[in-house]
Amino acid sequence: MKILYFASLREALGCGSEEVALPAGVADIAGLMAFLAARDEKWQVLRTRRNLRYAVNQEMARLDTPVADGDEVAFFPPVTGG
Amino acid sequence: MVVRVQEADFEVGAELAALRRDDPQIGALTAFVGLVREMNEGAGVSEMTLEHYPGMTERELEAIVGEARRRWAVLDALVIHRIGRLLPTDQIVLVAVVGVHRGETFAACQFIIDTLKTRAPFWKREVTPAGGRWVDARAADDQAAERWQE
Repeated sequence: MKILYFASLREALGCGSEEVALPAGVADIAGLMAFLAARDEKWQVLRTRRNLRYAVNQEMARLDTPVADGDEVAFFPPVTGG
Repeated sequence: MVVRVQEADFEVGAELAALRRDDPQIGALTAFVGLVREMNEGAGVSEMTLEHYPGMTERELEAIVGEARRRWAVLDALVIHRIGRLLPTDQIVLVAVVGVHRGETFAACQFIIDTLKTRAPFWKREVTPAGGRWVDARAADDQAAERWQE
């Protein structure tokens, strides 16, 4: 799956996008965040950031939104456009 | 309905004329233009960079405009939002709505900009004398959007 990071989160991670093979047992956003945080110390920020937002296939998601291989998942801070 | 995300500036008069198309049904046009201010959170802003999530931004803007058109009897709507590097006094966003009467066009226009500010994936990074900083989401913007919830 493709994972995207935006704005201050992208800067904190030094990563804008990556391809990740979905590990067995990861079924939703919460599981994906736990996997990414355990994989690399830097990604703990996914757990510590307040008000983190997520999208699956370009639609706003929740912690229990299912994820599958081939999905596009994005993590980002609250939006500040307009 | 027109939704555009672009680096280029826009010409308000030309955009509004294109939205109206001399349609004689139209009795009201409401437009909002958002501009870069020289001050934010007590610090001088020398420039700003707007980042967005390509693809999702357009989808979200179309969904917001679609929602406005379902809720209010308006004839058409337009949203143009700029990205990239902007300077104080630059135009950031144009929202315009046309309809038969002003009540609906005012409400739909305000709904679109209030909702855009809390849902469309744009992020502002501004440069102040202390350096660059990401703009924090404002509670007042959440409250502005919440009052439109049905």
